[in-house]
Amino acid sequence: MNSRRVVITGLGLVTPLGIGAEATWNGLLEGKNGISNIEPFDPSGFKARIAGQITQMKTADFVPKTYRKSVKIMARDIEIAVVASYLAVKDAGLVTKCILDRKEADGPVSVDPSRFGANIGAGLICADLTELAGALASAVNEQGTFDIRRWGREGMSNLTPLWLLKFLPNMLSCHVTIVHDAQAPSNTITCAEASSHLAIGEAFRTITRGDADVCICGGAESKLNPMGLLRQELLGRLSRSNDPGTACRPFDIAHDGTVISEGGGLLILEELEHAKARGANIYAELVGFGASSNTHNWHTPDPQGRGIALAIRKALKDAEVDADSIDMLATFGTGIVEHDQSEARGVRTVLGARAGEIPAMAIKGAIGNNGAGSGAIDLAVAALCLKNNTIPPAANVLNIDPQCAFKVVTGKPMTAPINAVLSVAYALGGGQNAALVMKKLES
Amino acid sequence: MKRRRVVITGMGWITPLGDNIESVWQGLLSGASGIGATTRFDASTFPTTFSAEVKNFDLARYLGSDTEIHQTASLNTRFALAAARMAWDNANLSGYPDLDPTRVGVYLGGGEGPIDFDNFTAAAVNGWDRQANNGAGDLDARRWVEVAAARLTAVTEFEQDPNMAAGHIACLFNAQGPSLNTLTACAASTQAIGEATHVIRRGDADVIISGGTHSMLHPFGVTGFNRLTALSTRNDAPTTASRPFDRTRDGFVLGEGAAIVILEDYEHARQRGATCHAEISGFGSTADAFRVTDMHDEGRGGLAAIALALKDAGLKPEDIDYISAHGTSTEENDKIESRAILRALGDSAPQVPVSSIKSMMGHLIAAAGATEVIASVLTIRDGIIPPTTNYEQPDPNCPLDYVPNKPRKANVRTVLSNSFGFGGQNDTLIIRKIED
Repeated sequence: MNSRRVVITGLGLVTPLGIGAEATWNGLLEGKNGISNIEPFDPSGFKARIAGQITQMKTADFVPKTYRKSVKIMARDIEIAVVASYLAVKDAGLVTKCILDRKEADGPVSVDPSRFGANIGAGLICADLTELAGALASAVNEQGTFDIRRWGREGMSNLTPLWLLKFLPNMLSCHVTIVHDAQAPSNTITCAEASSHLAIGEAFRTITRGDADVCICGGAESKLNPMGLLRQELLGRLSRSNDPGTACRPFDIAHDGTVISEGGGLLILEELEHAKARGANIYAELVGFGASSNTHNWHTPDPQGRGIALAIRKALKDAEVDADSIDMLATFGTGIVEHDQSEARGVRTVLGARAGEIPAMAIKGAIGNNGAGSGAIDLAVAALCLKNNTIPPAANVLNIDPQCAFKVVTGKPMTAPINAVLSVAYALGGGQNAALVMKKLES
Repeated sequence: MKRRRVVITGMGWITPLGDNIESVWQGLLSGASGIGATTRFDASTFPTTFSAEVKNFDLARYLGSDTEIHQTASLNTRFALAAARMAWDNANLSGYPDLDPTRVGVYLGGGEGPIDFDNFTAAAVNGWDRQANNGAGDLDARRWVEVAAARLTAVTEFEQDPNMAAGHIACLFNAQGPSLNTLTACAASTQAIGEATHVIRRGDADVIISGGTHSMLHPFGVTGFNRLTALSTRNDAPTTASRPFDRTRDGFVLGEGAAIVILEDYEHARQRGATCHAEISGFGSTADAFRVTDMHDEGRGGLAAIALALKDAGLKPEDIDYISAHGTSTEENDKIESRAILRALGDSAPQVPVSSIKSMMGHLIAAAGATEVIASVLTIRDGIIPPTTNYEQPDPNCPLDYVPNKPRKANVRTVLSNSFGFGGQNDTLIIRKIED
């Protein structure tokens, strides 16, 4: 019944391995590691002192000149999304308002603004602690403790009037839609680590049902700040190791937690005929989406991965693909023992023995946990696997945990014909699960 | 193939005017106000000292023996749980043995939970090194974390994530289907209901617990809106401070609460003999793509959202009997919204009554749209339109019929409900009387 087919025509990645999908892809193939000792603040008081970090990102270089001043009201998460949006649009060869404003093409735009949508996943954006602490410290009483009456009277005026707008999760989508003039349906999914998959799945549906021809979708997040790091520490999600080269080891027998990171991915989804008409490069066709919720509780993974299994079943059914046709897994593997095991069991519930026979990609060892941006990075890399019939090796995976019996590609890139990829994602807290299926485009 | 129709079979809310569907509705019809001095924290020196608080909220009243495991949730999640319990019971879903849990979803417009304020500020003050940076000061992360790690707790931090209300609700009702949370500022719960409608239409679920929840009634929330100068500062007259479309309006009044609706495939609802309150017959969503700080002057995005919703519903402007406005009582919104309505409805605009229940309830931010959907359903049911209170002086920029101060009897079959969020998020729903 779905006569409108949806393809991926552009990838924009900003990860600790570099700016651009190519930098991330090549970094993964070469076995580079994006985890390093935390630089932006002094981590010496924290148990975990390493992170995936994006260096040398100058957001102002990726927006039109007239928009440069807006960068100062963007939280880091928003900046990452805005940079990724430019990269995705360029990669897709689209001409948007941004491209015209930057004088990188002559008009007209190649996508009608009223048919150009956005759906961008976001996390709980941390307030800039330096800015906020400075303002709060201006409202202390004689004993040196915070005094809310002083705050109301004078302290709060030390914050810029637009302070709130820096941290609203929908500002990722708002800045991106403004820069590129995308006026069609716009949404912001805030389901922690499942956000990107849900945003991409919903954008897929938006195009299928005819409400847009092109959608920019995915997610971005930065937990690289004292509050982001402490929250993950309090929640017991982080590896005890501070060795950047080995700390995050998804599905490995020695996995003991994840590593915080920052990054994001935005994809250009496009209706097939629209893409063909403009001669676009097509990475893959998105063919299935499934979502589900855990219901045993909202704070620990389901040991059997039942919710993950349900999302996969729904996605396969939606794709009209049987489990035996899936020939690559894009795992979510964060390196947290209970989550890795839950994921493996969930996948095995649906794919059976095949779950341990087809090659599996696991990239968080090299880039850490990018929160709401994770899933889009996974999906973009998986699209490159499809395109290149190559799977990059997972960093830090030496011996697979027998409870996570995936055939994770390790050591060096693996070449294999890949036709259909299953990608899963789940919120580490909150219970949301999602799965996406993509295939090589068949004419 | 005929499109699946989506109806509302259950409703529940926790609002500044109360928690009971009928009594809050009577309050709205009688022009009651849920607004008063802020008591949640000491706001006495803030530019705005009043708000629309939910009073005497006790989760145990709604959840009974289920309360304990949900008690540590943040306030917005607890509001959502209570409203969802009422909506679920109103839909009589507990009594339906054939419900397939894998086809029951959750799609909320839920806000983030409030920051653990006292502990957060204590850590921030401790972490501030006045001498650093040549006396300009700087954050000393080591000093900060000494206090922060000792005082902040895992549960309180964890429960602040905006997807938590959806997570709790899925567990309470064993809803194993799709679970999503959208946070498009003040448009979130309208968007959630619209998107959830699509999820049911396309067959990905039969029942969805939808709506929104939010509480920004904490010092940082009020600080943020006060810095934006978005709030009314009519501190001497809180109950008349929210005055949508009135010429002397000076900002919105911050409220809090939750509103949850049970959305259901019409055939599914009929088969189980459910009471169908109204139909969600149209949804339109757009981005202004203009500025993060201002609405597009011509209401471009709002106009497009209204037009898309009408098209989705297969209706014409003259089919609209009533508009439940976003009507926040800010100078900008009310002017631009009026302009968008005028342009979208054309010749029929002057005849269509428009009102804003925010005049009585305040602005529930992410939860606002869902309260307005419920009020719209009740408007259709009872044939009576809730007023815009505190409307005294017409504004030439707002030339529509705003149902001033008194409810109005009218035969209402079709309601159009708008929500517009910061950053240019526009969402419009069309709610209809069920007619076969």
